[in-house]
Amino acid sequence: MSSAFDYAPAPESRAVVDLAPAYGLFIDGEFTEGTGGDLRKTVSPATEEVLAEYTQGTADDVDRAVKAARTAFGKWSALPGAERAKYLFRIARIIQERSRELAVLETLDNGKPIRESRDADLPLVAAHFFYYAGWADKLGHAGFGPDPRPLGVAGQVIPWNFPLLMLAWKVAPALACGNTVVLKPAETTPLSALFFADICRQAGLPKGVVNIVTGDGSTGAALVAHPGIDKVAFTGSTEVGKAIARTVAGTDKRLTLELGGKAANIVFDDAPLDQAVEGIVNGIFFNQGHVCCAGSRLLVQESVQDELLDALKRRMATLRVGDPLDKNTDIGAINSAEQLARITELADAGEAEGAERWSPACELPGSGYWFAPTLFTGVTQAHRIAREEVFGPVLSVLTFRTPEEAVEKANNTPYGLSAGIWTEKGSRMLWMASKLRAGVIWSNTFNKFDPASPFGGYKESGFGREGGRHGLEAYLNV
Amino acid sequence: MSDRLSVLKTYKLYVGGKFPRSESGRVYEVTDAKDNWLANAPLASRKDARDAVVAARKAFGGWSGATAYNRGQILYRTAEMLEGRRDQFTAEVADAEGLSKAKAAAQVDAAIDRWVWYAGWSDKVTQIAGSANPVAGPYFNLSAPEPTGVVAVLAPQESSFLGLVSVIAPAIVTGNTAVVVASEKAPLPALSLAEVLATSDLPGGVVNLLSGRTAELAAPLAAHQDVNAIDLTGAGAELAGELETAAADNLKRVLRPRAADWTAEPGTERLLAFLETKTVWHPMGV
Repeated sequence: MSSAFDYAPAPESRAVVDLAPAYGLFIDGEFTEGTGGDLRKTVSPATEEVLAEYTQGTADDVDRAVKAARTAFGKWSALPGAERAKYLFRIARIIQERSRELAVLETLDNGKPIRESRDADLPLVAAHFFYYAGWADKLGHAGFGPDPRPLGVAGQVIPWNFPLLMLAWKVAPALACGNTVVLKPAETTPLSALFFADICRQAGLPKGVVNIVTGDGSTGAALVAHPGIDKVAFTGSTEVGKAIARTVAGTDKRLTLELGGKAANIVFDDAPLDQAVEGIVNGIFFNQGHVCCAGSRLLVQESVQDELLDALKRRMATLRVGDPLDKNTDIGAINSAEQLARITELADAGEAEGAERWSPACELPGSGYWFAPTLFTGVTQAHRIAREEVFGPVLSVLTFRTPEEAVEKANNTPYGLSAGIWTEKGSRMLWMASKLRAGVIWSNTFNKFDPASPFGGYKESGFGREGGRHGLEAYLNV
Repeated sequence: MSDRLSVLKTYKLYVGGKFPRSESGRVYEVTDAKDNWLANAPLASRKDARDAVVAARKAFGGWSGATAYNRGQILYRTAEMLEGRRDQFTAEVADAEGLSKAKAAAQVDAAIDRWVWYAGWSDKVTQIAGSANPVAGPYFNLSAPEPTGVVAVLAPQESSFLGLVSVIAPAIVTGNTAVVVASEKAPLPALSLAEVLATSDLPGGVVNLLSGRTAELAAPLAAHQDVNAIDLTGAGAELAGELETAAADNLKRVLRPRAADWTAEPGTERLLAFLETKTVWHPMGV
């Protein structure tokens, strides 16, 4: 299991990113100081180096931003759809032009491998703006009535795992439908949203249409509770999602939630095993497993368990963990010390509860936050690592004998975001897909995203869909 | 001595295809618009509500797994049965809502027509709400709606029959199962509807009907971890807020109350409110 090759370092240049020492809030088309005067540091999780300071937005700051968005709403929503579309097309183009800069920035602030931010995140970010730009002047054809209207001001709170992509998922449909937005990025990854503010400026977007308020959970809570917003969109943990649902209860605010998951990746004995192994690896180790739809529970048919696990371990031994800016890196840094502590605690619980832990030999850097790709076998449904969302590079392996048992086990979770099926038998795949209670089913593939494809969960994985025609509904008065 | 003493009906709940009395043994007086006694309706308990959820969950697999054509046939069969009992429902609605015979008959006719309208949706909603998605890659990518599960329905308080069928039919036609709390003041048309449902090939447990105090029954339903969605139409504004808060505990889909004109043709809102969208990806290639 030793690696046959040593790779020379191939780091992407940081020179393309020009970071300011400190950032204010983007309100009404301008960067402005926060009223609280409190600055926070955002660090590179790979090195713990301080990248920049950002502003801790207060309730007063949120209020200013919401008022700016409200003022901008009148003109923005009254624009012909074709004109709004042109702004979104401009934004999409500028994102493409600046995609290398944004990819490096995202990797610096988030810790994800440059290979992923460059090849997955940024192309998807641009594609989302392109996709929804084209809807802006066709809303009457979307199936929500002949003249659907925007909701007003959208308060949007996004997570740290895909900072710019989640921004695109939220901002693009909101603007296309004629809403204005106040967006709060995550406290550990605020930078790409602030760079996006600059893209809005370059695109000539009218003042107040997009407002960015940085800060921690208290800033987000102030935004969600603000009486001046008409819609709340949140992506993040189920726990916070429930708190938001309680805050919004009894008001007229619309709500969509994209929450956690505990996806089952189900491998049948007739599956193409090499492809399945790639899919399993991609399903759980993509973005360090910081993915709500990560395939964190591998359900393998008992008859191929040994063969599959051998192949999986061989493949895991070739994963390169380290400098996220290195183009050869597969697994980057864990986003924060807090997240690393949570992953460590859950993995330790897995061992304590009797599951068998395995990781390939790999050397982790001395500074920064790191966690080796980890596999647990002998996992039962009662184990915490099989029930709780780890949000890290930790895979739990369970087995099954019959398709019915696989369905039973896969659905045995309060979550219902995604699932994977690996089988060469089409009839079985379609039967499984219809039985699984999850919003996205990947068959013989995993972790595929596209702006034209609706994404969202069943059960406690939240409600509403993002992406595709379905994603418009969240921002229209239907 | 020639006046015949009429036979009164003992109204019962409808749970799991059976007609139990409330397990609590409680009843409450139901009166007409002029306060004349009509019947003693069951005063369902929290336990009855939980039993109804168990029945609805048990029925979900079979009902959601039935073909859309089959569900449409069964709903249409219900309309046939309703038509045969038109006079009975007209009398009950007239009593319940203090309407003239003619106005009550119009309500019943509209309700039957509404039921037929929804019956026709069973095999069309997938085509309206689903899509083939042109993703940028060699993938077959299809989104289709699916029922969300067990839906708790608080029926409108004022429209005892037209409003009632207007909230039940859209919830079940797509494959959900329902626990319905009838109008608190005027539950008798709902309890009689149960008799129709029981003889319409509708599997037991798909619709469960409870009569009693809306606030008392709604609280455990909103908090129930095995209820997937709640229709708050029959709750007042204050109660609706409390129920929505409780519903957040397991992220139930919530349909908030809003002013409704039950005589107007409904849109698809009530159909779509209790549907999930499932998207399936599969590689394409040879």
